[in-house]
Amino acid sequence: MSLIDLANPTRFLALSARVLPWLAAATVILLTIGLYQSASAPDDYQQGATVKIMFIHVPNAWLSMFVWGVMSLASLGTLVWRHPLADVAAKAAAPIGASFTFLALLTGSLWGRPMWGTYWEWDARLTSVLILFLMYLGLMALWRAVEDPSRAARAAAVLTLVGALNLPIIKFSVDWWNTLHQPASVMRMGGSTLDKAFLVPLLVMAVAFTLLFVTLHLAAMRNEILRRRVRSLQMMQASQKAA
Amino acid sequence: MTALAALIRRDIRIALRVGGGALIGVLFFLTVVVLMPFAVGPDLALLSRLGPAILWLGALLASLLTLDRLFMADHEDGSLDLIAMSRTPLELACAAKALAHWLAAGLPLVVATPVLGLLLNLDMVATGAVALTLLAGTPALTFTGMIGAALAVTLHRGGLLMAVLVLPLSIPVLIFGVAASQAAIAGPLSFGAPFSILCALSLVSLVIGPFAAAASLKHGLD
Repeated sequence: MSLIDLANPTRFLALSARVLPWLAAATVILLTIGLYQSASAPDDYQQGATVKIMFIHVPNAWLSMFVWGVMSLASLGTLVWRHPLADVAAKAAAPIGASFTFLALLTGSLWGRPMWGTYWEWDARLTSVLILFLMYLGLMALWRAVEDPSRAARAAAVLTLVGALNLPIIKFSVDWWNTLHQPASVMRMGGSTLDKAFLVPLLVMAVAFTLLFVTLHLAAMRNEILRRRVRSLQMMQASQKAA
Repeated sequence: MTALAALIRRDIRIALRVGGGALIGVLFFLTVVVLMPFAVGPDLALLSRLGPAILWLGALLASLLTLDRLFMADHEDGSLDLIAMSRTPLELACAAKALAHWLAAGLPLVVATPVLGLLLNLDMVATGAVALTLLAGTPALTFTGMIGAALAVTLHRGGLLMAVLVLPLSIPVLIFGVAASQAAIAGPLSFGAPFSILCALSLVSLVIGPFAAAASLKHGLD
């Protein structure tokens, strides 16, 4: 079973139908464990209970970048290998990624109010994530503006790959500029600076959110394939009527 | 080389002649800047403080509005297909077209800056700083905007969609352009750091822009 075997949408539909329930169940279980652990994590000595926003905020922020990475890979698949499911994957991922980005911005803003004293600060990390959000919305607008999916797919693929330049800027913005946002504390050289009581729930939540994304993405891809089938059936019907 | 030079010469000539519309960008730039005092009030101290930001925004919008000329006319009369089929690599042809577009539509914006600076009560140093940052930054606007122009021509959609796609990509240019001008005028920070980043953005877009535009043209033209 290689990636090229999945190029057949029917085979993909059959396989994903078998995998999806297991993925959904795993997501629910891990989310439950993660949320329970986050709720029972100790309060921070400085931040109090607001530290628990982190368990939602950080996975959302990671996923916002991860989804763009997935879309970039899918775009390569569209442009280089012309994989027929690649543009379905790219299209289905965009709204999910936009939601994760929006949630990251929202929870960060709610966390910033008690901690920094402001909902919004124009620092490098926040600005670059906001640009990421705008680019997600632009991509979705592009998908919606063009009727022919394959034409829209190639245009969106070019734009996705250009937008991928933003990812390293987001990741390293906290190191390159003096920002209000704290520097990287989990994935850094010399180990995490986070205490185990916080690190374990955070990692569980991160895995749970990733599984959530995979589940939603597979479901959205299935919907997109079915939507395209409906569309081509409708077009066939219309052309028969016209004839 | 001669093919590229001919392409540049041809594009500049078309842009400057009747129906080319390159200089409308400057007129638009002037109009946007003239609108600002009506919006924020004719307070000269405030205008001189906002001056660099107003000039940069005006230049950004003006260069955005002239962008759809980059490929659209050539697409309509079929010469874009000839360029795509010629032996010159499409990436280089795109770069040449963008360079011609910048010379015809971007450079006039830089030249017009000192005059508009007078309207905004900017002193010599401030005007010079804004003009210099625009000189370094407008190539980045043209070359990243070229990606949007190529997408617009392959999708037969221009206008708002292109603006929505291109503007997020130009935010970094705007940030460092205005930061460098502010640093030269008043700031405690040095002029060099943001200005170098601005130049770096221009150089990166010089590489990325032609490749992305050529890719979308290659995959999109039928």
